[in-house]
Amino acid sequence: MFTGHRARKRTAYVLLVGAATFALSTGGSAQAGYTRAAAKCGTVNLADNAWVGYEANLAVVAYVLKNNLGCKVVVKNISEEISWQGFQSGQVDVILENWGHDDLAKKYITTQKVAVDLGPTGNKGIIGWYVVPWMAKKYPDILNYKNLNKYASMFKNSESGSMGAFLDGDPSYVTNDEALIKNLKLNFKVIYTGSEAALITSFRTAEAQKKPMIGYFYEPQWFLAQVPLKHVTLPAYTTGCDADAKKVACDYPPYILNKVARAKFMTSGSPAATVIKNFTWTNDDQNSVAKSLAVDKLSDDAAAKIWVTAHAAQVKAWIGK
Amino acid sequence: MSTPVLEKVSLKSVQSPKRKLSLTGRRSASLSVLFLIFAIGFRGRATLPLDRSSLTGFQESLNSLSAWIDNNRDSNPFFTTFVNVVRNSIEWLVNFLQHGISQSGDTRLIPQIGWLGVVVIIGCVVFAISNLRMALFAVSGFVVLGLLGFWQESMDTLVLTMAAVLLSLIIGIPLGVLAGLFPKFENFLTPALDFAQVMPTFVYLTPVTLFFLIGPASATIVTLIYAVPPALRITAVAIKEVPWSSVEAAVSMGSTRWQALRKVQLPQAKRTIVVGVNQTIMAALSMVTIAALIDAPGLGQVVVRALESLDVGRSFQAGLGIVILAVVLDRSTTAAASKVNSGNVQKVTRRSRKTIFTALGVIALLGTLTSRIFSWAGAFPGNGFLGARISTGVNNYVNWFQMHFVSITNDITDVVSYGLINPMQTLLTQSPWFIMGLAFVGLGWIFGGKRLAAISTFCVLAIVGTGLWSDTMVTLASTLVAAIITVALGILVGTWIGRNRKADRWIRPILDAGQVLPAFVYLVPFLGLFGATRFTAIMAAVVYAAPASIKLMADGIRGVPATIIEAATAAGSSPWQMIIKVQIPSARRALALATNQGIIYVLAMIVVGGLVGAGGLGYLVVAGFSQENLKGKGLAAGLAIVLLGIMLDRITQAIAHKSSKGLSSAAH
Repeated sequence: MFTGHRARKRTAYVLLVGAATFALSTGGSAQAGYTRAAAKCGTVNLADNAWVGYEANLAVVAYVLKNNLGCKVVVKNISEEISWQGFQSGQVDVILENWGHDDLAKKYITTQKVAVDLGPTGNKGIIGWYVVPWMAKKYPDILNYKNLNKYASMFKNSESGSMGAFLDGDPSYVTNDEALIKNLKLNFKVIYTGSEAALITSFRTAEAQKKPMIGYFYEPQWFLAQVPLKHVTLPAYTTGCDADAKKVACDYPPYILNKVARAKFMTSGSPAATVIKNFTWTNDDQNSVAKSLAVDKLSDDAAAKIWVTAHAAQVKAWIGK
Repeated sequence: MSTPVLEKVSLKSVQSPKRKLSLTGRRSASLSVLFLIFAIGFRGRATLPLDRSSLTGFQESLNSLSAWIDNNRDSNPFFTTFVNVVRNSIEWLVNFLQHGISQSGDTRLIPQIGWLGVVVIIGCVVFAISNLRMALFAVSGFVVLGLLGFWQESMDTLVLTMAAVLLSLIIGIPLGVLAGLFPKFENFLTPALDFAQVMPTFVYLTPVTLFFLIGPASATIVTLIYAVPPALRITAVAIKEVPWSSVEAAVSMGSTRWQALRKVQLPQAKRTIVVGVNQTIMAALSMVTIAALIDAPGLGQVVVRALESLDVGRSFQAGLGIVILAVVLDRSTTAAASKVNSGNVQKVTRRSRKTIFTALGVIALLGTLTSRIFSWAGAFPGNGFLGARISTGVNNYVNWFQMHFVSITNDITDVVSYGLINPMQTLLTQSPWFIMGLAFVGLGWIFGGKRLAAISTFCVLAIVGTGLWSDTMVTLASTLVAAIITVALGILVGTWIGRNRKADRWIRPILDAGQVLPAFVYLVPFLGLFGATRFTAIMAAVVYAAPASIKLMADGIRGVPATIIEAATAAGSSPWQMIIKVQIPSARRALALATNQGIIYVLAMIVVGGLVGAGGLGYLVVAGFSQENLKGKGLAAGLAIVLLGIMLDRITQAIAHKSSKGLSSAAH
């Protein structure tokens, strides 16, 4: 085919050779390839948000769907907001761990009705202020916000000027820290580190060097298994105390983490829908899988297998047969 | 060659620019004095601060704009027809390529062409466009990708890069030719190109997925936006470089304008256009990690995933894969460019060329078939033992380094922060906006006349209009500190490797790595060493920006005419005098260009800085990406970055232009 062709330009020739090779190879039927078993369950699109706790839910659910139901699982690595968008375009079937997001829930569940709330995952989220463990040990009264000003000057650094530095992380989380500091009259300044990686690294170095650090953090989180940060008590949360964002002077509400799914996926009759609806587990369950992933550096499937093998009855209950 | 004459020339060309610039020098000095007096006198007034969570009217209107697009996406015919056609075609192209080399199809467990096939084809293609040495280099590079344990991910990245580069060239080269032919068209395009290159990707990542959905199509489009400008700009420059006289000659001999373009301008511009292809490939590869945030498959995903658990080793392992791809593609296209240049293609007869290409075709075909028949040649064997070893090694090294040096690095952070960043930031943020604005306009006027003064005025007022003046000044302070470090490195290392070929040879791969290694890979170790501070952001920017400055400076040093060097040597200059009095002053234009490019590259890292504690505009862009009600503010922050970027670019370009004019007029 290409010997008869009078290609003058080298580049064209090269491209042609490439294309011919490609055409030939796609034309010839598979010698080394073989057919996969057809799956009854079909395809399930799982959103994968970028934190390890989510990853743990995903690993176990995906493992069960693949091995017990024979589903084809497609994992999409996307941020939270883009995941919700996917319900509308039909590209995402399930979000496996949702932290609040009232605005998005209103838009996609209440108004557009393209998504449905599948109820709690069983994990409870705690958001709040945390200090490095060595400080909690050395200065036990630091765990009450009323005593924070006493220690404020210890937290000073190059970024915070004359006040103590208070570190915030990933801007995906809505924080009240600036308002809290103002309304509780604390001598701190919020430093926006901009990512979870920056926040965790700062906590880790501070603990290793025994340097003071306070910041926004949350549970369940794999990092707490390595460095058990201590929770600082703020004025207790009561319903509605955080209604006006500028006047907040109380702790963050407890989060009941939930699953959200595409409405049409739930009515599709896929057996995967039942499993995901039934999926619940505890913070300890999630932490153990998260540790396998983040600390022991196992693959998703390997980490899930360990947990699933140890909890066969629970998995059976999810499948509901 | 009579030395006295040369000496005269060299003295003139070295000293005259100083005299020439003295007027502008005096003007800028008085401007700085005036600025300082007023800035200190009025400090703390009219600084236009804005709370983190507050929105101005303009920012709210941007919010409602994005809501409007969201609501009308399904009903508006523009969105439903045009967007769908574009998306489907791109998706088809990417899927086709993926099934070829990276993804298994429904009926096969390995892609159509296994690893051996890909390696052999790459070797043949690189041999065809450059030479045997390059081909062997490319082959070994690709084998290392497999040994790292990321064969499939690397191929996915290669596929997306190929698709984006292909489309960028299809769009960029014709438009670039037009821009080269018609200056008016170029003027019309320039703001759009600036916009595309400086606007942070995070700003349009969410809107793009709204239209083109999650997946390869969106990833390709995001990459396109960034990769078309270099293709277009360099093609335009290439066309303009062709002497007008040769076009006129062709026309007077009876060619039509179209024939003149095809037979005269395009062939002569070919070499520079190949440079453009090279730059387009680099631009596309630099988007790998960001595209991974909207589910683009490939090495970027590994980097992003590893960051979740702060696994530096694994992200480095994947980053190394990206560096290898970049270096292989860069070196082979550069070799291709110099081959086009030297014209040794013509030496080979058409017949023997045909034989060579047929042979290459057969080899490629055999490789492909082998990779389809034998399973060892299909899926890459082993499980990346090299990668695992590198990953553990890097983790250990990083931990060791951190443990032993963290107190030193903390001190460095404090010295630079208290000594340089804080005063600079206080000066910029505490001065009234109109004083700062007048300073910019004054700089524009001194170096670029009325036109630049007008551009600066527009940019200053528009930044005020975004409502983010104070945040812009925070970002400017860090940007200037980063630029100072970048230029200092540019002068030091650039002069060194410009004078020393041997040093150049082993420094250059490090520079390449700095330019293409995704910032996410070194952010975590930097955070460990320098904390979540502006200094960490500055260091990340320097890693990315210094290589460009160093390379430009080295080129400038090498470009100093041999006659001048000879003259200085004859006059008995010591090496030190040679550097300070002859080489650096003669490379003045390169220095100005290195400064300009240094600043532009630093600006490209503003958003990354926002991820590690720099605050300012970068943080606002990140926040806008992740919070629905801050979207408008993020967009406004993106606009402010573009405006700041355009202003700094034009002013430093004008300075570069002025110094080169000073030099050339002195040489005559």
